[in-house]
Amino acid sequence: MSLFFSQFLNGLQTGSVYALVALGYSMVYGIILLLNFAHGDIIMVGAYAAFYSMTAFHLHPLLSVVLAVAASTLLGVVIEKVAYTPLRQAPRLSLLITAIGVSFLLENGAQLLFGSETKSMSPIVTGNVSLGSMSISKVALLTIAVTVAAMAILTFLVQRTKLGKAMRAVSEDMGAAQLMGISLNKTISFTFAVGSALAGIGSVLYLCAYTQASPTMGSMLGLKAFVAAVLGGIGSIPGAMIGGFAIGLLEALCSAVNLSVWKDGVVFAILILVLLVKPTGIMGRSQAEKV
Amino acid sequence: MSRTPRPKTKLVPQPTTNYLPERDADKRPILETRHLGIDFGGLSAVSDFNVAVGPTEIAGLIGPNGAGKTTIFNLLTNVYKPTRGTILLDGIDTAGKSTTEVNRMGIARTFQNIRLFRQLSVLDNVLIALNNETRYSALSAILRLPEYWRRERIARDRAMELLSIFDMQPLADQPAGSLPYGAQRRLEIVRALATNPSLLLLDEPAAGMNPSETSELMDNIVKIRDTFQIAIMLIEHDMNLVMGICEVIGVLNFGRIIAKGTSDDIQSNPLVIEAYLGKKKEG
Repeated sequence: MSLFFSQFLNGLQTGSVYALVALGYSMVYGIILLLNFAHGDIIMVGAYAAFYSMTAFHLHPLLSVVLAVAASTLLGVVIEKVAYTPLRQAPRLSLLITAIGVSFLLENGAQLLFGSETKSMSPIVTGNVSLGSMSISKVALLTIAVTVAAMAILTFLVQRTKLGKAMRAVSEDMGAAQLMGISLNKTISFTFAVGSALAGIGSVLYLCAYTQASPTMGSMLGLKAFVAAVLGGIGSIPGAMIGGFAIGLLEALCSAVNLSVWKDGVVFAILILVLLVKPTGIMGRSQAEKV
Repeated sequence: MSRTPRPKTKLVPQPTTNYLPERDADKRPILETRHLGIDFGGLSAVSDFNVAVGPTEIAGLIGPNGAGKTTIFNLLTNVYKPTRGTILLDGIDTAGKSTTEVNRMGIARTFQNIRLFRQLSVLDNVLIALNNETRYSALSAILRLPEYWRRERIARDRAMELLSIFDMQPLADQPAGSLPYGAQRRLEIVRALATNPSLLLLDEPAAGMNPSETSELMDNIVKIRDTFQIAIMLIEHDMNLVMGICEVIGVLNFGRIIAKGTSDDIQSNPLVIEAYLGKKKEG
């Protein structure tokens, strides 16, 4: 029972990071129909920002968190402006290839800048909280709490504010939204900013859990978050949350039954399965063709 | 160096083919197009489209299917870039402006095939269109500062007021996609009005409505013009509506205006009859 519980918590913890990253994928896809493959690498940059501000500049962890989130947000918006905005009228394939290019650029740029080896640091949050007979690591609790809070803020932002509403309007009908006076550039930048900020939070949480950063850390994490977004229904915000937690729990389940070597394989098998059985995912809206 | 004397330029008065209601005659037209035209590939979809619309005029655009009526709306809102000609909105050239900017300059429109934000509530659809007038920073929204609440309340009140034109307040919280067809058409008009236009373009507002709904819509279009003091230009196939409320009617065929005038002028114009019914057999 205690094993089950601790694996469940582990699952929620990994799932939190996946969910935060998956949100970025889903929001960007929802608005400009782009699979932003550079999104995973934004986490890497965020992690390095947090890492260096703590180890090299000895800043307070909280300040480092703010810096990491700011760096990710800025990077996301800059990528959108420099790489994607000029291609807005271009075929979607060009956009996709550009995204992959940006991803390579970031990964190799990081290797050049920070070196290709994995950087390790001492844990930021340590210790356990005991709950009856079980003990829960503080990192896990923190991760889950921060994620839930971030999601609550996001939900409010999207449901209640005018920028959030503009975002939903653009994702539903870009042309009509423009004709209603909604600025496309502002709305798309906002979407990238929010998605990247969530990735920044994810990167810090990842750093808390694994205490290391490497130039390619974003690619696998990004791919799994992408699977989570597809599982939840790409374009759907609640879907990305559910998908992230589901993938995290699934991985924990693999570890629990001693199949942790198969973890990655199982996740990608899920991708294939979803695409075969229900391509719209759990929460995705089906595109009903008008007859 | 001696200059050869330039021949004197001869000026020719240009006959304008534009009509305005008498009450708008001494005011600047809210919309004026000059030789507006667009080609799609080799096909000239619209050519030499000249109109002037007075600031409180209700103008109608009719014509057989494929005549280029919706294309003109797309040109006016800069969804299409014109191949030739100029569009002046309240005297200002809209060339090079984005669709969003044109909307902010004062043109709002509805769509032939309804394009509401179906997943959003009726109220949110209107609130989105009010976006430009609701100003608060994202930060004050997250922190829920009094500023946010105040602006949101003003926007909400305004949205409800606009919905009340069509008595739609009770539907405010329903998803727009779940409304009956006629209500969706009305909501599109409300949403367009929320952007505070000086010219409202209605693309087949009565499509799919029954006669009693249409006659109610006619009253409402006139009411909107009277309350908001704006110009309305509409495309419609329902001749009762067009002949009933449009002060000036333009008839379009193969992308060209073939007749302009009041409903009486149009109904007796042989070119119009030919366009709609075909040529009278000789002999």
